[in-house]
Amino acid sequence: MKLSEVQEILRADVLYGADKLDREVMSACGSDFMSDVLAYVKNQALLLTGLVNPQVIRTADMMDMKCIAFVRGKKPDDSVLALAQERDIVVMCTPMRMYDACGKLYIKGLRGEV
Amino acid sequence: MEPVKLVYPVEGGDLIEAGEASSKMKLTLKKLGLPPDVIRRASICMYEGEINMVIHADGGRAEVDVGMEEITIRMIDQGPGIPDVNKAMEEGYSTAGDMARDLGFGAGMGLPNMKRYSDEMEIETAVGSGTTVTIKIKI
Repeated sequence: MKLSEVQEILRADVLYGADKLDREVMSACGSDFMSDVLAYVKNQALLLTGLVNPQVIRTADMMDMKCIAFVRGKKPDDSVLALAQERDIVVMCTPMRMYDACGKLYIKGLRGEV
Repeated sequence: MEPVKLVYPVEGGDLIEAGEASSKMKLTLKKLGLPPDVIRRASICMYEGEINMVIHADGGRAEVDVGMEEITIRMIDQGPGIPDVNKAMEEGYSTAGDMARDLGFGAGMGLPNMKRYSDEMEIETAVGSGTTVTIKIKI
């Protein structure tokens, strides 16, 4: 799924990487536990989380993830966005809650397992 | 490729900044041209080790040997040691505090994840004097 479609489905604001929405994600996961995210390697993945701290960006970076969508309208501060920019990870912010955001992406075909 | 030895200090105390050593190693492994899945596994192992070190041991150091056939990462600290290693290896068991949990860690997955992504893992620990976790990843 293209990130532009992710943005549309989640009605998300793009906080970093508006020019990179033609990138594809193959799978997604939603969690506020970074070690759970790290437990299963995903291919070209999207991370949905309600946590907004630098460790979210670092976790995504270690996993080679392409995009982070912060749920429940949470916005990271500038230092977190700067880190995302440095690691070239697209950042979005959706007003949806975790359950709804995951469900909407899932029914459009973006699954947890590739 | 000549064997490469890398050493990274891990600062204690600041969990928000933890992960810098792992990021630097990841960049170096990329420059060395190693396969992406090897880089990813090594980076995740070291990142979990680094987080553990900051949570439990007030920092330490990471020594990374990149050889022809494998990467060896040693995470060395002078922290309190692990009283029950078998318990620490159980998924979901954690002694981490609220600070770690607030940042998304302390779910009892650190050591199990390091085991999951490595080909070999060894823990040497003594209560009161520190812990060394050695992992090997085949290239």
